[in-house]
Amino acid sequence: MNKPWDETCGYLLRELAPQVLGVLSRRFRDFASAEDAVQEAMIAAFRQWPQEGMPDNPRGWLIQVASRRMADQARSEIARRERETTVARDAESATLAFDIDSDLDPDDTLILLFMCCHPALSPSSAIALTLRAVGGLTTAEIARAFLVPEATMAQRISRAKQSIRDSGVPFRLPSPEERAQRLSAVLHVLYLIFNEGYASSIGAHLQRLDLAREAIRLTRNTKSLPPDHAEVTGLLALMLLTDARRAARSGPDEELIPLERQDRRLWDRAEIAEGLELLTAALSKGSVGFYQLQAAIAAVHDEAERAEDTDWPQILALYELLRRVSPGPMVTLNHAIAAAMVHGPAQGLQLLTALDADPHLAGHYRLEAVRAHLLEKMGDHEGAIKHYRVAARQTTSIPERNYLMAQAARLAGL
Amino acid sequence: MEQEMKYILMMNTMRAGCGVPQWPQKDLQAHIAFMMGLNQELHERGELVSAEGLSFPDQAKLIRAGKDGRPITDGVFPESKEFLAGFWIIDVDGPERAYAIAAQVSAAPGPGGAPLNMPIEVRPIMAGPPPEML
Repeated sequence: MNKPWDETCGYLLRELAPQVLGVLSRRFRDFASAEDAVQEAMIAAFRQWPQEGMPDNPRGWLIQVASRRMADQARSEIARRERETTVARDAESATLAFDIDSDLDPDDTLILLFMCCHPALSPSSAIALTLRAVGGLTTAEIARAFLVPEATMAQRISRAKQSIRDSGVPFRLPSPEERAQRLSAVLHVLYLIFNEGYASSIGAHLQRLDLAREAIRLTRNTKSLPPDHAEVTGLLALMLLTDARRAARSGPDEELIPLERQDRRLWDRAEIAEGLELLTAALSKGSVGFYQLQAAIAAVHDEAERAEDTDWPQILALYELLRRVSPGPMVTLNHAIAAAMVHGPAQGLQLLTALDADPHLAGHYRLEAVRAHLLEKMGDHEGAIKHYRVAARQTTSIPERNYLMAQAARLAGL
Repeated sequence: MEQEMKYILMMNTMRAGCGVPQWPQKDLQAHIAFMMGLNQELHERGELVSAEGLSFPDQAKLIRAGKDGRPITDGVFPESKEFLAGFWIIDVDGPERAYAIAAQVSAAPGPGGAPLNMPIEVRPIMAGPPPEML
Protein backbone atom coordinates (compact mmCIF):
# COMPACT_ATOMS: atom_id res chain seq x y z
CA MET A 1 0.00 0.00 0.00
CA ASN A 2 2.59 2.52 -1.02
CA LYS A 3 1.63 6.13 -1.56
CA PRO A 4 2.73 7.41 -4.97
CA TRP A 5 5.67 9.77 -4.84
CA ASP A 6 5.20 13.48 -5.40
CA GLU A 7 7.07 16.62 -4.46
CA THR A 8 5.58 16.82 -0.96
CA CYS A 9 7.13 13.43 -0.19
CA GLY A 10 10.59 14.93 -0.56
CA TYR A 11 9.71 17.56 2.02
CA LEU A 12 8.25 14.99 4.38
CA LEU A 13 11.34 12.85 4.02
CA ARG A 14 13.52 15.80 5.03
CA GLU A 15 11.33 16.59 8.00
CA LEU A 16 11.77 13.01 9.19
CA ALA A 17 15.58 13.11 9.07
CA PRO A 18 16.17 14.84 12.44
CA GLN A 19 13.51 12.71 14.15
CA VAL A 20 15.15 9.51 12.93
CA LEU A 21 18.58 10.82 13.85
CA GLY A 22 17.33 11.66 17.34
CA VAL A 23 16.04 8.13 17.88
CA LEU A 24 19.28 6.56 16.68
CA SER A 25 21.57 8.93 18.53
CA ARG A 26 19.88 8.21 21.83
CA ARG A 27 19.61 4.52 21.16
CA PHE A 28 23.21 3.94 20.11
CA ARG A 29 24.78 6.84 22.02
CA ASP A 30 26.90 7.63 19.00
CA PHE A 31 25.79 10.77 17.21
CA ALA A 32 28.53 10.69 14.55
CA SER A 33 27.82 7.14 13.35
CA ALA A 34 24.07 7.63 13.64
CA GLU A 35 24.33 10.72 11.47
CA ASP A 36 26.18 8.77 8.77
CA ALA A 37 23.64 5.96 8.95
CA VAL A 38 20.70 8.35 8.62
CA GLN A 39 22.36 10.02 5.64
CA GLU A 40 22.68 6.61 3.96
CA ALA A 41 19.07 5.80 4.73
CA MET A 42 18.00 9.16 3.26
CA ILE A 43 19.94 8.48 0.07
CA ALA A 44 18.37 5.01 -0.13
CA ALA A 45 14.91 6.52 0.34
CA PHE A 46 15.46 9.18 -2.31
CA ARG A 47 16.55 6.41 -4.68
CA GLN A 48 13.81 3.91 -3.83
CA TRP A 49 10.68 5.83 -2.92
CA PRO A 50 10.15 7.77 -6.15
CA GLN A 51 9.93 4.40 -7.95
CA GLU A 52 8.19 2.24 -5.41
CA GLY A 53 6.08 4.87 -3.70
CA MET A 54 6.28 5.93 -0.10
CA PRO A 55 6.03 3.20 2.54
CA ASP A 56 3.10 3.27 4.96
CA ASN A 57 5.35 4.10 7.85
CA PRO A 58 8.14 6.18 6.33
CA ARG A 59 9.70 6.99 9.68
CA GLY A 60 9.80 3.33 10.65
CA TRP A 61 11.32 2.50 7.27
CA LEU A 62 14.10 5.06 7.76
CA ILE A 63 14.77 3.96 11.34
CA GLN A 64 15.00 0.36 10.25
CA VAL A 65 17.32 1.01 7.31
CA ALA A 66 19.53 3.33 9.34
CA SER A 67 19.66 0.88 12.27
CA ARG A 68 20.69 -1.88 9.94
CA ARG A 69 23.51 0.31 8.63
CA MET A 70 24.65 0.88 12.17
CA ALA A 71 24.53 -2.81 12.93
CA ASP A 72 26.50 -3.54 9.75
CA GLN A 73 29.03 -0.99 10.77
CA ALA A 74 29.28 -2.41 14.28
CA ARG A 75 29.67 -5.90 12.85
CA SER A 76 32.48 -4.96 10.50
CA GLU A 77 34.15 -3.08 13.30
CA ILE A 78 33.95 -6.16 15.47
CA ALA A 79 35.11 -8.43 12.66
CA ARG A 80 38.07 -6.17 12.23
CA ARG A 81 38.92 -6.72 15.83
CA GLU A 82 38.45 -10.47 15.30
CA ARG A 83 35.85 -10.81 17.97
CA GLU A 84 32.69 -12.86 18.15
CA THR A 85 29.95 -11.73 15.78
CA THR A 86 27.14 -12.55 18.16
CA VAL A 87 27.27 -9.13 19.74
CA ALA A 88 26.50 -7.52 16.41
CA ARG A 89 23.71 -9.98 15.71
CA ASP A 90 22.18 -9.20 19.08
CA ALA A 91 22.50 -5.51 18.37
CA GLU A 92 20.74 -5.97 15.06
CA SER A 93 17.79 -7.97 16.35
CA ALA A 94 17.40 -5.54 19.21
CA THR A 95 17.27 -2.54 16.91
CA LEU A 96 14.70 -4.09 14.64
CA ALA A 97 12.40 -4.98 17.47
CA PHE A 98 12.18 -1.73 19.36
CA ASP A 99 9.01 0.24 19.44
CA ILE A 100 9.51 3.04 17.00
CA ASP A 101 7.00 5.60 18.15
CA SER A 102 7.62 5.38 21.87
CA ASP A 103 11.23 6.19 21.12
CA LEU A 104 10.42 9.57 19.59
CA ASP A 105 11.25 12.62 21.60
CA PRO A 106 9.81 15.98 20.60
CA ASP A 107 13.00 17.67 21.82
CA ASP A 108 15.20 15.79 19.35
CA THR A 109 15.25 18.42 16.62
CA LEU A 110 16.07 21.11 19.12
CA ILE A 111 18.86 19.02 20.66
CA LEU A 112 20.26 18.45 17.17
CA LEU A 113 20.15 22.15 16.37
CA PHE A 114 22.04 22.95 19.55
CA MET A 115 24.62 20.28 18.72
CA CYS A 116 25.14 21.22 15.09
CA CYS A 117 25.35 24.95 15.83
CA HIS A 118 27.71 24.43 18.75
CA PRO A 119 29.93 27.48 19.28
CA ALA A 120 32.99 25.18 19.09
CA LEU A 121 32.34 24.67 15.36
CA SER A 122 33.46 27.06 12.63
CA PRO A 123 30.53 28.72 10.85
CA SER A 124 31.05 26.78 7.63
CA SER A 125 31.11 23.44 9.50
CA ALA A 126 28.07 24.36 11.54
CA ILE A 127 26.17 25.36 8.41
CA ALA A 128 27.06 22.16 6.55
CA LEU A 129 26.25 19.88 9.48
CA THR A 130 22.98 21.66 10.26
CA LEU A 131 21.80 21.35 6.67
CA ARG A 132 22.58 17.64 6.67
CA ALA A 133 21.60 16.49 10.16
CA VAL A 134 18.64 18.80 10.78
CA GLY A 135 17.73 19.78 7.22
CA GLY A 136 17.88 16.23 5.87
CA LEU A 137 19.82 17.34 2.80
CA THR A 138 22.34 15.10 1.11
CA THR A 139 26.03 15.91 1.03
CA ALA A 140 25.82 16.27 -2.76
CA GLU A 141 23.05 18.87 -2.49
CA ILE A 142 24.93 20.88 0.12
CA ALA A 143 28.14 20.71 -1.91
CA ARG A 144 26.33 21.98 -5.00
CA ALA A 145 24.76 24.79 -3.00
CA PHE A 146 28.18 26.01 -1.88
CA LEU A 147 29.91 25.20 -5.17
CA VAL A 148 32.53 22.96 -3.65
CA PRO A 149 33.34 19.32 -4.50
CA GLU A 150 31.22 16.72 -2.74
CA ALA A 151 34.30 15.08 -1.22
CA THR A 152 35.31 18.41 0.32
CA MET A 153 31.86 18.91 1.81
CA ALA A 154 31.89 15.35 3.18
CA GLN A 155 35.19 16.10 4.90
CA ARG A 156 33.83 19.33 6.34
CA ILE A 157 30.90 17.45 7.83
CA SER A 158 32.97 14.63 9.28
CA ARG A 159 35.37 17.15 10.81
CA ALA A 160 32.45 18.98 12.35
CA LYS A 161 31.29 15.73 13.92
CA GLN A 162 34.80 15.05 15.15
CA SER A 163 34.79 18.42 16.92
CA ILE A 164 31.48 17.55 18.52
CA ARG A 165 32.90 14.21 19.65
CA ASP A 166 36.03 15.90 21.01
CA SER A 167 34.07 18.52 22.88
CA GLY A 168 32.09 15.76 24.60
CA VAL A 169 28.72 17.47 24.16
CA PRO A 170 26.11 15.05 25.45
CA PHE A 171 23.01 14.32 23.38
CA ARG A 172 20.56 16.23 25.53
CA LEU A 173 19.20 19.72 25.90
CA PRO A 174 21.64 22.25 27.34
CA SER A 175 20.87 23.56 30.80
CA PRO A 176 18.37 26.43 31.00
CA GLU A 177 21.21 28.84 31.86
CA GLU A 178 23.11 27.80 28.77
CA ARG A 179 20.05 27.77 26.55
CA ALA A 180 19.88 31.47 25.66
CA GLN A 181 23.50 31.71 24.59
CA ARG A 182 23.29 28.49 22.60
CA LEU A 183 20.08 29.61 20.97
CA SER A 184 21.77 32.72 19.68
CA ALA A 185 24.41 30.52 17.99
CA VAL A 186 21.60 28.51 16.36
CA LEU A 187 19.92 31.68 15.11
CA HIS A 188 23.20 32.97 13.75
CA VAL A 189 23.76 29.81 11.72
CA LEU A 190 20.22 29.98 10.32
CA TYR A 191 20.77 33.65 9.49
CA LEU A 192 24.01 32.81 7.65
CA ILE A 193 22.28 30.07 5.64
CA PHE A 194 19.59 32.55 4.62
CA ASN A 195 22.16 35.20 3.66
CA GLU A 196 24.08 32.70 1.57
CA GLY A 197 20.86 31.77 -0.21
CA TYR A 198 19.88 35.38 -0.65
CA ALA A 199 23.26 36.24 -2.13
CA SER A 200 23.23 33.33 -4.54
CA SER A 201 19.69 33.91 -5.76
CA ILE A 202 21.17 36.42 -8.20
CA GLY A 203 23.60 35.19 -10.78
CA ALA A 204 24.30 32.15 -12.82
CA HIS A 205 23.61 29.64 -10.08
CA LEU A 206 20.16 28.46 -11.05
CA GLN A 207 21.09 24.84 -10.43
CA ARG A 208 21.80 25.55 -6.81
CA LEU A 209 19.61 24.44 -4.01
CA ASP A 210 17.41 27.23 -2.69
CA LEU A 211 19.20 27.91 0.58
CA ALA A 212 16.97 30.85 1.45
CA ARG A 213 13.95 28.54 1.36
CA GLU A 214 15.82 25.92 3.39
CA ALA A 215 16.72 28.54 5.99
CA ILE A 216 13.07 29.63 6.21
CA ARG A 217 11.97 26.01 6.59
CA LEU A 218 14.53 25.32 9.34
CA THR A 219 13.67 28.54 11.15
CA ARG A 220 9.99 27.67 10.96
CA ASN A 221 10.80 24.31 12.56
CA THR A 222 12.91 25.98 15.21
CA LYS A 223 10.09 28.36 16.00
CA SER A 224 7.70 25.46 16.53
CA LEU A 225 9.97 24.12 19.26
CA PRO A 226 10.05 25.29 22.84
CA PRO A 227 11.17 27.69 24.17
CA ASP A 228 9.08 30.08 22.11
CA HIS A 229 11.67 32.81 21.95
CA ALA A 230 10.87 36.26 20.51
CA GLU A 231 14.16 36.36 18.59
CA VAL A 232 13.34 33.11 16.74
CA THR A 233 10.06 34.65 15.65
CA GLY A 234 11.93 37.85 14.79
CA LEU A 235 14.39 35.95 12.62
CA LEU A 236 11.62 34.14 10.76
CA ALA A 237 9.86 37.48 10.21
CA LEU A 238 13.10 39.03 8.94
CA MET A 239 13.61 36.19 6.46
CA LEU A 240 10.06 36.38 5.14
CA LEU A 241 10.03 40.18 4.89
CA THR A 242 13.32 40.07 2.97
CA ASP A 243 12.55 37.04 0.81
CA ALA A 244 9.27 38.72 -0.23
CA ARG A 245 11.28 41.08 -2.46
CA ARG A 246 13.04 38.26 -4.29
CA ALA A 247 11.22 38.61 -7.63
CA ALA A 248 11.84 42.37 -7.74
CA ARG A 249 15.47 42.56 -6.76
CA SER A 250 17.05 41.53 -10.04
CA GLY A 251 16.27 42.38 -13.66
CA PRO A 252 16.05 40.21 -16.77
CA ASP A 253 19.84 40.16 -17.11
CA GLU A 254 20.23 39.33 -13.43
CA GLU A 255 21.28 42.89 -12.74
CA LEU A 256 20.78 44.14 -9.22
CA ILE A 257 17.81 46.45 -8.70
CA PRO A 258 18.10 48.55 -5.54
CA LEU A 259 15.18 48.77 -3.15
CA GLU A 260 14.18 52.26 -4.24
CA ARG A 261 13.80 51.22 -7.88
CA GLN A 262 12.13 47.85 -7.40
CA ASP A 263 8.73 47.19 -8.92
CA ARG A 264 6.87 46.75 -5.67
CA ARG A 265 3.97 44.99 -7.38
CA LEU A 266 6.31 42.00 -7.66
CA TRP A 267 6.72 41.71 -3.91
CA ASP A 268 5.16 38.65 -2.36
CA ARG A 269 2.17 39.97 -0.39
CA ALA A 270 1.54 36.70 1.42
CA GLU A 271 5.11 36.55 2.73
CA ILE A 272 4.92 40.19 3.82
CA ALA A 273 1.61 39.61 5.62
CA GLU A 274 3.00 36.59 7.45
CA GLY A 275 6.20 38.43 8.31
CA LEU A 276 4.27 41.39 9.73
CA GLU A 277 2.06 39.14 11.80
CA LEU A 278 5.06 37.30 13.24
CA LEU A 279 6.86 40.54 13.94
CA THR A 280 3.88 41.97 15.83
CA ALA A 281 3.70 38.79 17.90
CA ALA A 282 7.44 38.91 18.65
CA LEU A 283 7.47 42.59 19.60
CA SER A 284 4.54 42.13 21.97
CA LYS A 285 6.70 39.81 24.08
CA GLY A 286 8.80 42.63 25.45
CA SER A 287 12.51 41.98 24.99
CA VAL A 288 13.57 43.41 21.65
CA GLY A 289 16.65 41.92 20.01
CA PHE A 290 18.79 42.16 16.88
CA TYR A 291 16.58 40.07 14.58
CA GLN A 292 13.33 41.72 15.65
CA LEU A 293 14.80 45.16 14.99
CA GLN A 294 16.14 44.10 11.60
CA ALA A 295 12.74 42.64 10.81
CA ALA A 296 11.07 45.86 11.94
CA ILE A 297 13.25 47.85 9.53
CA ALA A 298 12.46 45.41 6.69
CA ALA A 299 8.79 45.80 7.57
CA VAL A 300 8.90 49.60 7.26
CA HIS A 301 10.33 49.21 3.76
CA ASP A 302 7.79 46.55 2.83
CA GLU A 303 4.89 48.66 4.05
CA ALA A 304 5.74 51.61 1.81
CA GLU A 305 3.71 51.48 -1.39
CA ARG A 306 6.26 53.62 -3.21
CA ALA A 307 9.91 54.24 -2.30
CA GLU A 308 9.11 57.89 -1.57
CA ASP A 309 6.48 56.80 0.96
CA THR A 310 9.13 55.11 3.13
CA ASP A 311 8.91 56.21 6.75
CA TRP A 312 12.57 57.15 7.14
CA PRO A 313 12.19 58.80 10.57
CA GLN A 314 10.94 55.47 11.87
CA ILE A 315 13.81 53.59 10.23
CA LEU A 316 16.24 56.06 11.76
CA ALA A 317 14.71 55.49 15.20
CA LEU A 318 15.02 51.72 14.71
CA TYR A 319 18.69 52.06 13.76
CA GLU A 320 19.23 54.13 16.91
CA LEU A 321 17.87 51.19 18.89
CA LEU A 322 19.86 48.67 16.88
CA ARG A 323 23.03 50.63 17.62
CA ARG A 324 22.38 50.16 21.29
CA VAL A 325 21.32 46.49 21.11
CA SER A 326 23.90 45.28 18.62
CA PRO A 327 26.54 47.85 17.70
CA GLY A 328 28.70 47.18 14.66
CA PRO A 329 30.19 48.92 11.63
CA MET A 330 27.37 47.96 9.25
CA VAL A 331 24.73 49.15 11.69
CA THR A 332 26.59 52.46 12.00
CA LEU A 333 26.73 52.77 8.24
CA ASN A 334 23.05 52.01 7.77
CA HIS A 335 22.26 54.48 10.53
CA ALA A 336 24.10 57.15 8.54
CA ILE A 337 22.06 56.27 5.45
CA ALA A 338 18.82 56.63 7.40
CA ALA A 339 20.02 59.94 8.84
CA ALA A 340 20.76 61.18 5.33
CA MET A 341 17.27 60.23 4.22
CA VAL A 342 15.74 62.15 7.12
CA HIS A 343 18.05 65.16 7.41
CA GLY A 344 19.41 65.42 3.90
CA PRO A 345 22.50 64.12 2.08
CA ALA A 346 24.79 66.82 3.48
CA GLN A 347 24.36 65.55 7.01
CA GLY A 348 24.70 61.98 5.80
CA LEU A 349 28.03 62.81 4.18
CA GLN A 350 29.18 64.43 7.38
CA LEU A 351 28.39 61.25 9.31
CA LEU A 352 30.32 59.22 6.74
CA THR A 353 33.40 61.37 7.31
CA ALA A 354 33.32 60.26 10.94
CA LEU A 355 33.14 56.63 9.75
CA ASP A 356 36.36 57.00 7.74
CA ALA A 357 38.16 56.72 11.07
CA ASP A 358 36.50 53.37 11.84
CA PRO A 359 39.07 50.65 11.10
CA HIS A 360 36.31 48.17 10.21
CA LEU A 361 34.77 50.51 7.66
CA ALA A 362 37.58 52.64 6.27
CA GLY A 363 37.96 51.74 2.60
CA HIS A 364 35.02 49.33 2.71
CA TYR A 365 33.16 49.38 -0.59
CA ARG A 366 29.80 49.87 1.12
CA LEU A 367 31.02 53.10 2.63
CA GLU A 368 32.19 54.29 -0.79
CA ALA A 369 28.97 53.18 -2.48
CA VAL A 370 26.88 55.10 0.05
CA ARG A 371 29.12 58.15 -0.30
CA ALA A 372 28.72 58.01 -4.07
CA HIS A 373 24.97 57.78 -3.71
CA LEU A 374 24.82 60.78 -1.37
CA LEU A 375 27.15 62.84 -3.55
CA GLU A 376 24.85 62.13 -6.47
CA LYS A 377 21.90 63.40 -4.44
CA MET A 378 23.88 66.56 -3.69
CA GLY A 379 24.36 67.04 -7.43
CA ASP A 380 28.11 66.38 -7.26
CA HIS A 381 28.23 64.01 -10.21
CA GLU A 382 31.97 64.05 -10.60
CA GLY A 383 32.49 63.03 -6.99
CA ALA A 384 29.76 60.42 -7.27
CA ILE A 385 31.35 58.86 -10.36
CA LYS A 386 34.70 58.68 -8.59
CA HIS A 387 33.30 56.95 -5.52
CA TYR A 388 31.04 54.58 -7.46
CA ARG A 389 34.17 53.42 -9.26
CA VAL A 390 36.18 53.06 -6.05
CA ALA A 391 33.36 50.97 -4.61
CA ALA A 392 33.17 48.88 -7.80
CA ARG A 393 36.86 48.06 -7.47
CA GLN A 394 36.47 46.94 -3.86
CA THR A 395 33.33 44.81 -3.81
CA THR A 396 33.55 41.02 -3.97
CA SER A 397 30.12 40.57 -5.51
CA ILE A 398 29.79 40.50 -9.28
CA PRO A 399 26.16 41.72 -9.40
CA GLU A 400 27.16 44.54 -7.06
CA ARG A 401 30.19 45.45 -9.17
CA ASN A 402 28.08 45.50 -12.32
CA TYR A 403 25.55 47.71 -10.58
CA LEU A 404 28.14 50.18 -9.32
CA MET A 405 29.91 50.39 -12.70
CA ALA A 406 26.54 51.02 -14.35
CA GLN A 407 25.85 53.89 -11.92
CA ALA A 408 29.18 55.50 -12.75
CA ALA A 409 28.58 55.03 -16.49
CA ARG A 410 25.08 56.52 -16.24
CA LEU A 411 26.35 59.67 -14.51
CA ALA A 412 29.26 59.98 -16.92
CA GLY A 413 26.76 59.89 -19.77
CA LEU A 414 28.47 56.85 -21.24
CA MET B 1 31.51 34.29 13.14
CA GLU B 2 32.65 35.35 9.73
CA GLN B 3 30.98 34.03 6.63
CA GLU B 4 32.93 31.61 4.53
CA MET B 5 34.35 32.81 1.30
CA LYS B 6 36.36 31.53 -1.64
CA TYR B 7 39.88 32.67 -2.41
CA ILE B 8 42.39 31.89 -5.12
CA LEU B 9 46.02 31.44 -4.08
CA MET B 10 48.35 32.00 -7.01
CA MET B 11 51.91 30.81 -7.00
CA ASN B 12 53.93 32.97 -9.36
CA THR B 13 57.43 31.97 -10.31
CA MET B 14 60.11 34.17 -11.76
CA ARG B 15 60.50 33.39 -15.42
CA ALA B 16 64.28 33.68 -15.19
CA GLY B 17 64.57 30.77 -12.81
CA CYS B 18 61.84 28.69 -14.35
CA GLY B 19 62.11 25.24 -15.78
CA VAL B 20 62.68 22.04 -13.91
CA PRO B 21 64.50 23.05 -10.75
CA GLN B 22 68.03 21.69 -10.53
CA TRP B 23 67.70 20.44 -6.98
CA PRO B 24 69.06 17.28 -5.42
CA GLN B 25 66.59 14.42 -5.72
CA LYS B 26 65.86 14.27 -2.02
CA ASP B 27 64.99 17.98 -1.93
CA LEU B 28 62.72 17.60 -4.95
CA GLN B 29 60.98 14.70 -3.28
CA ALA B 30 60.58 16.63 -0.07
CA HIS B 31 59.04 19.53 -2.01
CA ILE B 32 56.59 17.29 -3.85
CA ALA B 33 55.66 15.45 -0.66
CA PHE B 34 55.06 18.78 1.06
CA MET B 35 52.69 19.97 -1.67
CA MET B 36 50.78 16.69 -1.72
CA GLY B 37 50.54 16.70 2.05
CA LEU B 38 49.23 20.25 2.01
CA ASN B 39 46.54 19.40 -0.54
CA GLN B 40 45.55 16.40 1.52
CA GLU B 41 45.34 18.54 4.63
CA LEU B 42 43.17 21.15 2.90
CA HIS B 43 40.92 18.38 1.59
CA GLU B 44 40.57 16.81 5.02
CA ARG B 45 39.68 20.15 6.55
CA GLY B 46 36.94 20.54 3.96
CA GLU B 47 38.52 23.68 2.54
CA LEU B 48 39.85 22.59 -0.85
CA VAL B 49 37.82 23.48 -3.93
CA SER B 50 40.57 22.74 -6.42
CA ALA B 51 44.33 22.80 -6.82
CA GLU B 52 46.14 22.69 -10.13
CA GLY B 53 49.70 22.86 -11.26
CA LEU B 54 50.27 24.43 -14.66
CA SER B 55 52.60 23.35 -17.42
CA PHE B 56 55.82 25.25 -17.97
CA PRO B 57 55.55 28.38 -20.09
CA ASP B 58 57.10 26.60 -23.09
CA GLN B 59 53.70 24.96 -23.46
CA ALA B 60 51.83 28.27 -23.34
CA LYS B 61 50.27 29.80 -26.45
CA LEU B 62 48.75 33.22 -26.80
CA ILE B 63 45.54 33.07 -28.78
CA ARG B 64 43.57 35.92 -30.32
CA ALA B 65 40.50 35.82 -32.51
CA GLY B 66 41.13 36.82 -36.08
CA LYS B 67 38.71 38.91 -38.15
CA ASP B 68 36.76 35.77 -38.98
CA GLY B 69 36.68 34.77 -35.32
CA ARG B 70 39.11 31.91 -35.84
CA PRO B 71 42.01 31.44 -33.44
CA ILE B 72 45.33 33.01 -34.33
CA THR B 73 48.37 31.86 -32.43
CA ASP B 74 51.00 34.46 -31.78
CA GLY B 75 54.30 33.30 -33.16
CA VAL B 76 56.44 34.79 -30.49
CA PHE B 77 55.57 34.26 -26.87
CA PRO B 78 56.06 37.61 -25.14
CA GLU B 79 58.54 37.76 -22.32
CA SER B 80 56.88 38.43 -18.99
CA LYS B 81 58.86 38.51 -15.78
CA GLU B 82 56.65 36.09 -13.90
CA PHE B 83 54.41 33.24 -14.79
CA LEU B 84 51.70 31.38 -12.96
CA ALA B 85 53.00 27.99 -11.86
CA GLY B 86 49.93 26.78 -10.05
CA PHE B 87 46.90 27.79 -8.04
CA TRP B 88 44.61 26.69 -5.25
CA ILE B 89 40.97 27.61 -4.84
CA ILE B 90 39.91 27.35 -1.22
CA ASP B 91 36.67 27.93 0.65
CA VAL B 92 37.45 29.19 4.14
CA ASP B 93 36.04 31.15 7.08
CA GLY B 94 37.47 34.58 6.40
CA PRO B 95 40.65 36.12 5.00
CA GLU B 96 42.92 35.26 7.96
CA ARG B 97 42.60 31.57 7.21
CA ALA B 98 43.33 32.20 3.52
CA TYR B 99 46.49 34.13 4.46
CA ALA B 100 47.57 31.37 6.83
CA ILE B 101 47.29 28.78 4.06
CA ALA B 102 49.18 31.08 1.68
CA ALA B 103 51.98 31.36 4.22
CA GLN B 104 52.08 27.57 4.44
CA VAL B 105 52.41 27.31 0.66
CA SER B 106 55.02 30.04 0.65
CA ALA B 107 57.21 28.13 3.08
CA ALA B 108 57.37 25.02 0.90
CA PRO B 109 60.82 23.45 1.23
CA GLY B 110 63.41 24.19 -1.47
CA PRO B 111 67.04 23.17 -1.89
CA GLY B 112 68.50 21.84 1.32
CA GLY B 113 65.02 21.80 2.83
CA ALA B 114 65.10 25.56 3.47
CA PRO B 115 61.74 27.32 3.10
CA LEU B 116 61.35 28.97 -0.30
CA ASN B 117 59.20 31.83 1.05
CA MET B 118 57.70 32.31 -2.39
CA PRO B 119 55.29 35.20 -2.89
CA ILE B 120 51.73 33.90 -3.00
CA GLU B 121 49.04 36.16 -4.41
CA VAL B 122 45.74 35.83 -2.53
CA ARG B 123 42.56 37.23 -4.08
CA PRO B 124 38.92 36.86 -3.09
CA ILE B 125 36.75 35.16 -5.66
CA MET B 126 33.81 37.31 -6.67
CA ALA B 127 31.04 35.56 -4.79
CA GLY B 128 30.37 37.95 -1.96
CA PRO B 129 26.82 38.76 -1.00
CA PRO B 130 25.16 41.70 -2.75
CA PRO B 131 23.50 43.58 0.08
CA GLU B 132 20.32 45.56 -0.36
CA MET B 133 21.24 48.90 -1.79
CA LEU B 134 19.96 52.14 -0.42
